[in-house]
Amino acid sequence: MSSITQETIDQVEALGGKYEAGFVTDIESEKAPKGLSEDTVRFVSAKKGEPEWLLEWRLKAFRHWQTMPEPTWAKVNFPEFDYQDAYYYASPLTKNKPKSLDEVDPKLLETYEKLGIPLREQEMLAGVAVDVVFDSVSVATTFRKQLAEQGIIFCSISDAIKEHPELVKKYLGSVVPYHDNKHACLNSAVFTDGSFVYIPPGVKCPMELSTYFRINEMNTGQFERTLIIADKGAYVSYLEGCTAPMRDENQLHAAVVELITHDDAEIKYSTVQNWYPGDENGKGGIYNFVTKRGMCEGKNSKISWTQVETGSAITWKYPSCILKGDNSQGEFYSVAITGNYQQADTGTKMIHIGRNTKSRIIAKTISAGKSDSTYRGQVKIMPKAINARNFTQCDSLLIGDQCGAHTVPYIESRNATAQLEHEATTSKIGDDQLFYCQQRGLSEEAAVALIVNGFCKEVLQNLPMEFAVEAQKLVAISLEGSVG
Amino acid sequence: MVQIKNLHASIAGKEILKGLTLDIPDGQVHAIMGPNGSGKSTLSYVIAGREGYEVTGGEILLDGQNIMAMAPEERAAAGLFLAFQYPVEIPGVAMTMFMKTAINGIRKQRGEGEIDALDFLKLMKKKQAELGMSDEMMKRAVNVGFSGGEKKRNEVLQMAMLEPRMAVLDETDSGLDIDALKVVADGVNKLRSDKRSFLVITHYQRLLDYIKPDVVHVMAAGKIVKTGGPELALELEKTGYAEYAA
Ligand SMILES: Nc1ncnc2c1ncn2[C@@H]1O[C@H](COP(=O)(O)OP(=O)(O)OP(=O)(O)O)[C@@H](O)[C@H]1O
Ligand SMILES: [Mg+2]
Repeated sequence: MSSITQETIDQVEALGGKYEAGFVTDIESEKAPKGLSEDTVRFVSAKKGEPEWLLEWRLKAFRHWQTMPEPTWAKVNFPEFDYQDAYYYASPLTKNKPKSLDEVDPKLLETYEKLGIPLREQEMLAGVAVDVVFDSVSVATTFRKQLAEQGIIFCSISDAIKEHPELVKKYLGSVVPYHDNKHACLNSAVFTDGSFVYIPPGVKCPMELSTYFRINEMNTGQFERTLIIADKGAYVSYLEGCTAPMRDENQLHAAVVELITHDDAEIKYSTVQNWYPGDENGKGGIYNFVTKRGMCEGKNSKISWTQVETGSAITWKYPSCILKGDNSQGEFYSVAITGNYQQADTGTKMIHIGRNTKSRIIAKTISAGKSDSTYRGQVKIMPKAINARNFTQCDSLLIGDQCGAHTVPYIESRNATAQLEHEATTSKIGDDQLFYCQQRGLSEEAAVALIVNGFCKEVLQNLPMEFAVEAQKLVAISLEGSVG
Repeated sequence: MVQIKNLHASIAGKEILKGLTLDIPDGQVHAIMGPNGSGKSTLSYVIAGREGYEVTGGEILLDGQNIMAMAPEERAAAGLFLAFQYPVEIPGVAMTMFMKTAINGIRKQRGEGEIDALDFLKLMKKKQAELGMSDEMMKRAVNVGFSGGEKKRNEVLQMAMLEPRMAVLDETDSGLDIDALKVVADGVNKLRSDKRSFLVITHYQRLLDYIKPDVVHVMAAGKIVKTGGPELALELEKTGYAEYAA
């Protein structure tokens, strides 16, 4: 995928810069009582019919959460979030959990069709299995049976708790402990649903796995929990997408994602984040406070994060890798685009523990409007990490002169054999570049889209094929109206 | 084809073009020569509609139509092409993709459908071969890592691909070696037709040995100060611009 196509540009122009996913589905739902207390935690756990150990874990997390201060180190500004003025559980009202798609409320299917997420298996993109989370619950997982034939488990985390409790118990919280940070702690207390993936030894997952998150209900937080385990020699590529309706108030999304790779295993995790960013005056939008971390447990294992972050009023997110196994590798490829009054503080942490561990960070930040974007990245080389290597490249592109871009690298090396490289650039879209493209027949917006997609190329080309084109469109759409 | 009438234009409040008049009929090649800083590139930018160049008087007509209110891309769709004195780099955007996007951008404005992918590749191959440019180069990002001469050749390639009605070439010969100069001139000559006109800005009479102009103009201090036939270029070669000094 080298760069943007004309088709993309046309579609972008046809869209006219609107947030397309901003509609609301009119569907009855069941909610937990407003506010957050031990009762809320018990309510969520009971709704899901969970075992005692999990309720205990949640309660421990909740009690700890109450003692934690809000994290303040990120370069983001927002009024204090009123945790008591939100709902922590909302589920589309169905008498029984649907067994197949035929039993899923047609309104839900319609919602996903509008969003371009086909749930009917016969209409699906070739080779992509989807789990869909609507507000707090998973409504459908496709291709489950076909995958099961190879021993692959792909289901909602709620189902996994019931059907594979030993796996969940072993790995849940093993990479992101419940007390890790305030947002992760809240998630541990009230997480409602999310996806679970287990790839058995030696199996290469034959299709892309994908989860689609949608916040529909008003005043509802979404706290999903995703757990992916690649056993020895296994491989999986996983993609997550998200949208929410346009609303004036801010909604909280505090997810936790944990990845584990054993010897010679690889997980490729891609995110296209398009939560509602708020309007042009900075009203509304999602607070996206997410903890994502991967553990390269085994030797020669690899975890690769690719993210395209275009939505949310505030993004606070640092997908990280703990490189524990010898020769393990971590990668982080990121495009973060902010416009209007959006704020993003995102980056990664690469913790080198094993020998010959390698990490690579490519972060592209694009700021427009009055937005503010920070790349914050940590590279840490532990004493036993002989011959560790890191390459970091952070490029910022500014559009207009009212936005900000910042790069904050933290580097800590406790082993003299480490080789660390860091490159950073800041540039503006040049008038000369715009004029050059326009002289060749491109509109100004098409020119911006082309130039920005060129700027992001190294990251976008890491996305699975099916989504690279989508991401290019998204990049173009999110910059609509940011010039002139 | 193109008529420029009493054109006044300034940059950052400073007047650069001071009442320039020029008439290029269909099928003709006009050359402009003139000292550094006389406003030749400024003229090319104003013709192409670049932002920041304030036109304070006069007008430009393309096929009788006043183009002053048109955006640069609209002028491109109307058949105007500018080969830049300093071609611009666009990192991460492959030449082929850029070219295809440009062609389709123009086709769209003209209400035509997108070019067929295969037709596009064939066209690209043909024009590339004519200008001696490799496939490898076309996979590279626009002008990134191109040598000075390659950039100029690339401008002519784009012109050949877009087949404009009116092309302005701003010092396309500067920085070319002797062989490349011939290749580029051949490229231009192939495109010459009674329906297409050229405005060739150059400092060297040598280019005009290869691209025979119908008319040669001397520009100084923002105006056309003398107009003549090809012999004028030879004359300038000897005398320089001293007599036109403002
Ligand atoms: N952005 C700008 N701000 C101020 N002055 C400018 C700007 N751009 C050009 N000029 C001035 O306008 C005048 C004309 O410049 P222009 O580039 O058109 O000359 P030229 O005839 O093309 O010269 P050359 O033969 O060196 O290419 C010069 O004096 C130049 O310094
Ligand atoms: Mg010039």
